[in-house]
Amino acid sequence: MSDVNTPTYTKKDFESDQSVRWCPGCGDYGILAQTQKTMPTFGRKKEDFVFVSGIGCSSRFPYYMNAYGFHTIHGRAPAVASGVKIANPDLSVWVVTGDGDGLSIGGNHFMHALRRNMDLNILLFNNRIYGLTKGQYSPTSEVGKVTKATPYGSLDIPLNPPSLALGAQATFVARTIDRWQAHLSQMLERSYHHDGGSLIEIYQNCNIFNDNAFEEYTSADKFDNVIEVKHGEPMVFSKGTKGIKLEGFKATVVDMEKHSLDDLLVHDETNLDLAHIIANWTSHPVLPEPIGVIYSVDKPTYNSEMVSQVDSAIKAKGPGKVQDLLNAGDIWTVK
Amino acid sequence: MGKTFKTIDDAVIRFAGDSGDGMQLTGGRFTETTASIGNDLSTLPDFPAEIRAPAGSLAGVSAFQIHFSSKDIHTPGDDPDVLVAMNPAALKVHQKEITPGGTIIINTDSFTKKNLNFAGYDSNPVEDGTLDDYFTVIPIEMNKLVTAACEGIELSPKFVIRTKNFFALGVLYYMYDRPLEATEKWLEKKFAGKDVIIEANKKAMYAGYNYADTTELFTTRFKVEKAVLPEGTYRNINGNHATSLGLLAASEKSGLKLFFGGYPITPASDILHTLAAWKHFGVQTFQAEDEIAGICSIIGASFTGNLAVTSTSGPGIALKGEAMGLAVMTELPMVIINVQRGGPSTGLPTKTEQSDLNQALYGRNGEAPLPVVAAATPGDCFYAAYEASRIALKYMTPVVLLTDGYLANGSEPWKIPDVDNLDPIDVEFIQGVKDGEEFMPYKRDEETLSRPWAIPGVPGLEHRIGGLEKAENTGHVSYDPDNHHRMVELRQEKVNRIQNDIAETEVFGEENGDVLILSWGGTFGSCRSAVETLHEHKKSVSHVHIRWISPLPKDLGEIIIKFKNVLVPEINMGQFIKLIRSEYLVDAKGLNQVNGKPISASKIVETVNEMIG
Repeated sequence: MSDVNTPTYTKKDFESDQSVRWCPGCGDYGILAQTQKTMPTFGRKKEDFVFVSGIGCSSRFPYYMNAYGFHTIHGRAPAVASGVKIANPDLSVWVVTGDGDGLSIGGNHFMHALRRNMDLNILLFNNRIYGLTKGQYSPTSEVGKVTKATPYGSLDIPLNPPSLALGAQATFVARTIDRWQAHLSQMLERSYHHDGGSLIEIYQNCNIFNDNAFEEYTSADKFDNVIEVKHGEPMVFSKGTKGIKLEGFKATVVDMEKHSLDDLLVHDETNLDLAHIIANWTSHPVLPEPIGVIYSVDKPTYNSEMVSQVDSAIKAKGPGKVQDLLNAGDIWTVK
Repeated sequence: MGKTFKTIDDAVIRFAGDSGDGMQLTGGRFTETTASIGNDLSTLPDFPAEIRAPAGSLAGVSAFQIHFSSKDIHTPGDDPDVLVAMNPAALKVHQKEITPGGTIIINTDSFTKKNLNFAGYDSNPVEDGTLDDYFTVIPIEMNKLVTAACEGIELSPKFVIRTKNFFALGVLYYMYDRPLEATEKWLEKKFAGKDVIIEANKKAMYAGYNYADTTELFTTRFKVEKAVLPEGTYRNINGNHATSLGLLAASEKSGLKLFFGGYPITPASDILHTLAAWKHFGVQTFQAEDEIAGICSIIGASFTGNLAVTSTSGPGIALKGEAMGLAVMTELPMVIINVQRGGPSTGLPTKTEQSDLNQALYGRNGEAPLPVVAAATPGDCFYAAYEASRIALKYMTPVVLLTDGYLANGSEPWKIPDVDNLDPIDVEFIQGVKDGEEFMPYKRDEETLSRPWAIPGVPGLEHRIGGLEKAENTGHVSYDPDNHHRMVELRQEKVNRIQNDIAETEVFGEENGDVLILSWGGTFGSCRSAVETLHEHKKSVSHVHIRWISPLPKDLGEIIIKFKNVLVPEINMGQFIKLIRSEYLVDAKGLNQVNGKPISASKIVETVNEMIG
């Protein structure tokens, strides 16, 4: 809980004494730095932050944050984090996971944590590859991915994390990119302020096993493949030269020389149907990759509802005494 | 009509019928009435895994056995003196277990050609005389009699026929001279607002009672006097309820909020159901998406300072194994309950077994020791759950509590404990370190070797834990070979030191002799009964029942050595005996039975007699 006595932190306050051991050039460094930089802006005591991770490169993250941290087991971070949040709803709980950890072995927990609207901030580092096990294809790798495990190309169809999250009834779904540092910071802030489960998918470059996987969204000359969606704003991209128009459920790219902003689709992050449409632009052959807050609505959270159930039970029945419960029902005395 | 009263020490009766016949309910009512008049008792519900197997089928037979006595008893009895068979399938399944000369009460209205065929009878055993040589058969047209009794009540014939279990109950109340008032009250409460149902069931019960009184089918009534139990206030309790109460008591005594995370599984689900209703105690129950999430959520809640508990059965423990290793590595307190059932795989979900002991002791990767405690009786589940919580919190360790399907659903009169008299549970969260000092999350208490419990939200104690090996004291990730060896030793030594905290072993009988019966878990009752019988026959036999299997009590080795023979009865192929043999180099013999049922006391007596002649 923030209060007036909250010290003013700098990035340094959130750096732990452990040496960071990701490969040089890994996208994780940028995410870590941006998180450490953004945290002080929340005005909350650092002892109230808990970072919970699973297994994988990204899951080393908690060791490097000077906060409470739990490096758990493969795929299970959302379940451990749920226990933390229910046990103490006043904590700010963050889950750090990857495409293998969160979507493959931990897909079930990922989906159910979002479904319950447990107030967790889930950071999904998606590099579309298994890094820690040295380069097998992941559930977000493109079809035909050639890896050690798939010398003839992978047969799996990749899943789309924002679509999965929306299908799981998530109340906050966003996407950002490791190299878009300012945007990443904004997304962390939005997630922090969202009261409910939130997913930020972060496109993260693995320069060892899947280098340049997101090149088409990050290199300066390929800006026409990506769109930053903003609530209430028309969908323009490619430096204002292109826009997106919606005809029925079909989105089409239009040339802005022939269209005005009024013709364009306007983003409404509270519109679930629209969110599904936007999420479907992921890895689309024609439409640009959507980045930004795709969906955000307020709904009661599991953790706050749990608190009110307990409170109202105590109010209705009075605080329970075990001895009374032991003596309840049919009892008899032997003298 | 003059009927003779015969006073007997104890009786075993079994209600058996189709799953839809309400046998568990009937048994439950007989139990409550019997408990309230002061008999000692023990029950054994036995029901199919299917919610509704085809009506009349052998697979769909549901039974409830109760043993009640004027003496102190420990088991639900071996073979029943009276069987109530509501249909041919029930007779077929249970006929061979009735005591020779016993009584069979039969609802002949359900002995139709179709039902007989379904149960595999070529001819009607009630009519062909095949039973008469061995048993007293009492055929009753229950459907017809309840229909007559309920005449004038506005209830469809289907619902009227359903009251036949209360007719049977009335017959048994008459036979054993039990009052009907408690059941009447129960009906009024259970079916409040449904006056017709209450009336119909009452009429059926009285019809049964009066029928037994007026017909000449019953020549003798039985009296079972009040048992002489130790002074105190009693209630009837089953194992799962006692387990839940034990956890709640530990929560109150420790001042910690109780967090339960789990996934429904037979026969453990009732623990979830029970705890979920106790929100006004501050209990938080989380029905997770799977077994793994169940235990992971309690690992999170334990990290955050709750009394954290999960419960499951064998297949669920298999799924939880990796997370149990994480709990061992992170040295967080929690109670992991396994209500054992028949295995392997899905096995026999509603039947009892003790076959998950090895899984509890060894079922994780790496050297992952954890304390294992087992409850002895339904009521003892309370104390075992309390003790598991106390040890978990004191030693900062996950603890496995083993119960089983027999204990979970079986019930017995239970002397209600005084919460004030339970061992105190003192918990301290570390509040900080001195200025300039580094917080050491793995610095151990000298006596218990427990590490400090530092929960999120406390300033200055921000630290990171996880499944990677820890450096001693600092808790930093460490791949140092010597450190790993040291930590493996420390984790084992911490479990061993619990020996200092557990009660001395009690020997029932002489301190030395011909045979020591060594038991653990739910076989307590059968073993104790067997030893009592053997004592009556002046046999040199003693009984030791083990509560903590990991660590084993310090004094066990010295006790074992004083006996010529050691017999270890278990409902598995010999899991505990292997531990005993390897730990104490003793030539113990096993009595192993894995048929989904408790081992009978008579089988143990027989085995001992064979051993010592």
